[in-house]
Amino acid sequence: MRNKRPRSEAAARTCFWPIRLTSKLPDTMVHFTTEEKAAVASLWAKVNVEVVGSESLARLLIVYPWTQRLFDSFGNLYSESAIMGNPKVKAHGRKVLNSFGNATKHMDDLKGTFTDLSELHCDKLHVDPENFRLLGNMILIVLATHFSKEFTPQIQAAWQKLTNAVANALAHKYH
Amino acid sequence: MSLTRAERTIIVSMWSKISTQTDAIGTETLERLFSCYPQAKTYFPHFDLHTGSAQLRAHGSKVVAAVGDAVKSIDNVASALSKLSELHAYVLRVDPVNFKFLSHCLLVTLASHFPADFTADAHAAWDKFLSIVSSVLTEKYR
Repeated sequence: MRNKRPRSEAAARTCFWPIRLTSKLPDTMVHFTTEEKAAVASLWAKVNVEVVGSESLARLLIVYPWTQRLFDSFGNLYSESAIMGNPKVKAHGRKVLNSFGNATKHMDDLKGTFTDLSELHCDKLHVDPENFRLLGNMILIVLATHFSKEFTPQIQAAWQKLTNAVANALAHKYH
Repeated sequence: MSLTRAERTIIVSMWSKISTQTDAIGTETLERLFSCYPQAKTYFPHFDLHTGSAQLRAHGSKVVAAVGDAVKSIDNVASALSKLSELHAYVLRVDPVNFKFLSHCLLVTLASHFPADFTADAHAAWDKFLSIVSSVLTEKYR
């Protein structure tokens, strides 16, 4: 990101630049550019939440089988086809991706948006935040299989930034 | 961690498709890497990294060719990549985290080019294979 702020306070006062922009932004803020927000929104509009959500969670459980430790109550997770077809995996995948949909509408305050979910995942669910990063990467790979050439490097970069930021927001209240 | 017979079969068969497009796949993987993980660019101050750059294409091709060498010696990746392992350990010294970023971007590229072939099982096999390749390339670091 180019930094256009004047290098000294004296310069800030004498030049055209408004003073308030010389103060530091809160360090919890991830800044998405207009282009990044547009890239996220345009793809999100075409996402089938049911399909992408369930496939993303299924791939997490298949590619990283140790993540199954979080889903003892889900029943049959013994093979790729069992996991892909498991109704609890589908339901939970849809729930998780709906939550992502919420993230796309609050990209300027992800930490605030995910406060409650963060506390839940720490205090009640005891989920290692590394799993949020892994799941984010699964979502991206599923998007790549669905959107193919349309999932350009630039679009991936915007979505990568979003999934990383959501993972951080979900980890934010951990203690 | 070692590959099952089924995983090896998946990788070798998908490689036959990849090998017809090594340039495109290599270039795209690096473009994705530098777009999503700008810190990776710090290892290439001497390169023109803009889209269409000849250096980017040449280097992408080299990277995918090395993956191909590993596929061809899938039963002994360590011996196939021994020289590259030394290069990375003693000369390049790329921080190990970047192998995860590169592997992820290669997986995204494969998923985008071969959506029908990149099933969950294929995805798992490739993720495991690339993590084996990454650990071979970093095993001499210390």
